[in-house]
Amino acid sequence: MTNTTKSPSPILKVWDAIWTPLLSVLVALIIAGIILIITGANPLTVYVSLVKGAFIQPGAFAETLTIATPYILLGLGVSLGFTAGLFNIGAEGQFYVGAVVSTYIGYAVTGLPAIIHLPLALIGGALAGALWAGIAGYFKATRGAHEVITTIMLNYIAFALTDYLINGPLRGKGSAPRTPEVLDSALLPKLFSSSDNLHWGFILALVILVGYWFLTQRMPLGLQIRTVGANPDAARYAGISVNRMTVVSMLISGALCGLAGASEVLGRYHYMPAAFTAGYGFDAIAISLLGQGNPIGVLIASVLFGAMNAGSGFMQLEANVTPAIISVLQAFIIVFVAAPAIIRSFFKK
Amino acid sequence: MEFLSDLLGLNWVSMLAQTLNTAVPIVLAALGGILAERSGVINIALEGMMLIAAYAAFAIGVVTGSTLLGLCGGIAAGALLAAFHAVISIKYRTDQTISGTVLNIFAVGITAYLYRQFNMTESVETFQQWNIPILSDIPVIGEIFFQQQPLVYFTIILVGVVQLALFRTTWGLRTRAIGEHPRAADTAGIKVNRMRYLNVILSGALAGLGGAWLIVEAVGSFTPGMTTGRGFMGLAAMIFGNWTPIGAFLAALLFTIPGAVQVKLQLINAPIPYQFLGMLPYILTIVVLVGAVRRNKPPAAIGKPY
Repeated sequence: MTNTTKSPSPILKVWDAIWTPLLSVLVALIIAGIILIITGANPLTVYVSLVKGAFIQPGAFAETLTIATPYILLGLGVSLGFTAGLFNIGAEGQFYVGAVVSTYIGYAVTGLPAIIHLPLALIGGALAGALWAGIAGYFKATRGAHEVITTIMLNYIAFALTDYLINGPLRGKGSAPRTPEVLDSALLPKLFSSSDNLHWGFILALVILVGYWFLTQRMPLGLQIRTVGANPDAARYAGISVNRMTVVSMLISGALCGLAGASEVLGRYHYMPAAFTAGYGFDAIAISLLGQGNPIGVLIASVLFGAMNAGSGFMQLEANVTPAIISVLQAFIIVFVAAPAIIRSFFKK
Repeated sequence: MEFLSDLLGLNWVSMLAQTLNTAVPIVLAALGGILAERSGVINIALEGMMLIAAYAAFAIGVVTGSTLLGLCGGIAAGALLAAFHAVISIKYRTDQTISGTVLNIFAVGITAYLYRQFNMTESVETFQQWNIPILSDIPVIGEIFFQQQPLVYFTIILVGVVQLALFRTTWGLRTRAIGEHPRAADTAGIKVNRMRYLNVILSGALAGLGGAWLIVEAVGSFTPGMTTGRGFMGLAAMIFGNWTPIGAFLAALLFTIPGAVQVKLQLINAPIPYQFLGMLPYILTIVVLVGAVRRNKPPAAIGKPY
């Protein structure tokens, strides 16, 4: 393999950007396979049923894309943080507050036409997420409090807060603790009228993806964010306020995560459950690392993670393995993506 | 008014004892953080090390029927994950915050998988309370400090030992030297990376002990994600305590007061939703960080591979 200690040529860079994730996935599949064998399962059966459950069974691919939808937005959110040199590991909390606020707007605000009500609910969710992440950004900028700790703490606060709201003031009439149903005028409609769950949130996520590329690559603000992330001292020298960019980046990052929560409740659930099953925050980091901060990479990683989650139910039925193996698989993938040198040393000879 | 009289009637001494008891895992995590960071390696994976250790302590404790073996297994599991962190960040020079976060994710995944796959329903017998003869008979102080479980005493002793070791021994001097100025330390003949490996692995063993506490002293059985941020609180305690064991110990006590109060308030059906009391430790952590960060300085070479 190449020795990439000194600035590699652009072709080598692209090569690295594609091969590192690919090899990481491959090696992770092998290692997870070994764990499966040790714990008494046949990896081949497991992986085949996973692929079947994610792509081949009726409606499977639509489910894969449905699950990928929040991942795209969350992956972009975390990536924007990385671009600014910030590690937003509080995506999950921002997702929760985004979801709960847009749900509330979705059922409590009445008498609006869909063309106003739906955007209002979406924006409400994004703003809530932005505010939640903005707290961490503000403390980082003004007091130097490390965002990794503050965003994690804000996660736990968000969980407790939504738990209180859903069991208390926002609780619906049913026996299960959840909010009332969102009104039709605030729902993200289904893409196809078939039995699957795929909704317009997916298209929204794709539009945001293009917008993300435009912001980071073509706008002055994006350039400033990238400069701060790449070299804060150089940014200061160029007259960019690092503190301001820290807050702005966290706001945008949180808005994307909040929007993911909004899309999930307005498009998929139609209400806010007491707890979401997926660990969105950690998945978001994984997707961002796997996508190497590139929007297309984030899209591919999101579909991959969507597929693994969508297929895991079928996998459990067919291969009798707990879906938690998916998290093991994902964890190995990102260990290798995060430490590409390990992967390179595997394939050196 | 009835609530107020209930409030006054609560056993506040037992609440303070509870505060000390539940601070154990946070103190241990903080000690682990101090060892790693003093030597120049960020260890944000303390949370994951605790979680893996909790599972290991649970599984080994259940299988062998021995709480003590479970405890040892937990320590070993924490050290093992830390060794991995050390290799990734020292040998492969990966960004230490990313490496740590990835290992946290790994810990959540692997423990949830093992827990569901093996579905063990038994639990580990927790360590009994040890009353220290004579001292435990002292009113108030005896109940707070000398009627505890073994790991509480052990942790308090550890705080003193690490404090002394860090500031009074050659090992401590070397650890601090490689965290502040690795090149100078190297010139003076200290094996920088070897010391860092040692410290990071010790840090994992301490976090592992903290994770095992959840099983061998607190509850006896495992639930996924049961560490609930204690590793991160340990980091915050470390910062608030200015990277000193005694400082971190006192900061950790601050974080566990709300939990102990919460338990008592629930007993008397206090008119405050439990979720708000549950939030307090996390809010406190942020407040403490915001208040302490500018005042306290981390080791100079932190996060930089050598």
